[in-house]
Amino acid sequence: MKHLIPEFEHLKKRLPPGHDATLLVPCLRRVQEDRGFIADSDIDGLVEYLGVPRIQIEEVLSFYGMLRRAPIGRWHLQVCHNVSCSMRGAERLLDDLTGRLGIQPGETTPDRRFTLSTVECLGSCGTAPVLMVNEAYHENLSAADLDALLERLD
Amino acid sequence: MPGRKVLMDFEVTPDSHSLAAYRARGGYQALEKALRTMQPREVTQEIVDSGLQGRGGAAFPAGRKWQGIDPDDGQPHYLIANADEGEPGTFKDRWVLEYNPHALLESMLLASYALGVRHAFVYIRGEYDIPWRRLDAAVEEAYGEGLFGEDILGSGFSCDLFVFRGAGAYVCGEASSLLGSIEGSRAYPRNRPPRMTVRGLYQAPTVVNNVETLATIAWILRNGAAAFRAIGTERSPGTRLISVSGHIRNPGVYEVELGYSWAKFLHEDCGGLLCNKPLKAVIPGGISSQVLTGKDAKVLTAEEVECLTLDHEKLRSAGSSLGSGGMIVIAEGTCMVRLLQIMLRFYHHESCGQCTPCREGTGWMHRVIDRIVAGEGRPEDIDTLHHVARYNDGTTICGLGDAAGYAATAMLDNFRDEFEYFIEHGRSKFGGNLECR
Repeated sequence: MKHLIPEFEHLKKRLPPGHDATLLVPCLRRVQEDRGFIADSDIDGLVEYLGVPRIQIEEVLSFYGMLRRAPIGRWHLQVCHNVSCSMRGAERLLDDLTGRLGIQPGETTPDRRFTLSTVECLGSCGTAPVLMVNEAYHENLSAADLDALLERLD
Repeated sequence: MPGRKVLMDFEVTPDSHSLAAYRARGGYQALEKALRTMQPREVTQEIVDSGLQGRGGAAFPAGRKWQGIDPDDGQPHYLIANADEGEPGTFKDRWVLEYNPHALLESMLLASYALGVRHAFVYIRGEYDIPWRRLDAAVEEAYGEGLFGEDILGSGFSCDLFVFRGAGAYVCGEASSLLGSIEGSRAYPRNRPPRMTVRGLYQAPTVVNNVETLATIAWILRNGAAAFRAIGTERSPGTRLISVSGHIRNPGVYEVELGYSWAKFLHEDCGGLLCNKPLKAVIPGGISSQVLTGKDAKVLTAEEVECLTLDHEKLRSAGSSLGSGGMIVIAEGTCMVRLLQIMLRFYHHESCGQCTPCREGTGWMHRVIDRIVAGEGRPEDIDTLHHVARYNDGTTICGLGDAAGYAATAMLDNFRDEFEYFIEHGRSKFGGNLECR
């Protein structure tokens, strides 16, 4: 994570002085974006850089759903299965995906191309159902849209 | 058209979210006026006079919250815009962030001036990508024109803004819990008192307002409290952004003048129900709201909806609330048992685990409803759900545990026969339908 320190220093400029621990979640997010997950060495680096105890970092990592300690597939497919999406076809979308990919939510395809997850409300209820692919929302997703989308994700 | 507009009072074009477009419709004039001609306390007084209520769920008077801070007490103060929009059915703050971000930023500058805030934050949920990009671009535009930073518009007032992205935790929408997240720890809700305006972020006085609440401030300062009061009803002034989803023909975000007819809104503005089905029920303001009253039914039946108007007092008297403005429309033929299963799974998943009644209670209710849906329900399961819901009520630090209980109680009270049918026959009375077919 050391190569990211100049970016973190830039972020500090808009924070009140003396509250470096505020950067913990932003740093973890940035490290994960860079490496794909958060490694032991990243935790060591943040202990040193932010001056927060290791246990605090471990606590944060085990609390927030988006942070992960191990790599996943190249494309992370997250199907919202909350109320509004379920009322507009999320269950069929999820069945379609498990059938095509041959994996269940929480699993990764053997070629490491896809990881499938279910997720709670993404704030896309008016454009349901929604599939989140890495950072991007794909809304009002029909079976035909899914065909075209999966084709593009190599 | 559901009444007059405050936040959606312009045509959305490919660049209507830009600083130039916002200025062209009168943006940042209120800031200039306030910095040049008003004392901080006068800004707060204008918000008090406007009668603006919070738009995040609890409908607490915004001005009164601000009065909890003395801008001249010599301490640092903090302002946080709560953009951790995660209440199922709610996607209206996303509209503000994507289409009118400068209304939020100008309003945050006004609020920071009123409250003596040097460092302000936007806490935006981690999954929001395009809303964050739009907001981030707007912040950089504003910094570029000297609207944030040192000595803003030569007034001597300085304010920095940090956009903090969450990392996936529904509980962070609870105002005290997001403080922990910003401080670099787990987002555990905090006991009140002390109120956050006494001891909040970094132990200093802090105001946390919902995005929509804050974004309305600039309009009020530009047009005056009296003009705002002239919109809506006497006890619910202004408008609300309502995000409509579920079995409705035209889902989306609508700005509705408070006091507007609900039936007209559903059947005319939103185009009526899908498949021309009759209405079965409406979840009016997100599957839970932050209101901490004991009898807070979260589901309204069709008959109740037809004669209601959309404002805080009418919904409260109907035993529910406008909550977060996340309206979920449910057509006849939908299986309410399975809907409750989704809701209880959600609360169980999102419980932060700090308070025993919520940590254990949400899991317990989730296991019971899973058993019912699997066709293995027991006759005593309905009583068990009621029992756990009752012991969650008022026994936890934040409202998540209460909300899980209210969701269960409201569904059981209104649709008890469906639950009894499911338990007795081992299957849904409505074929397990969630979609409108």
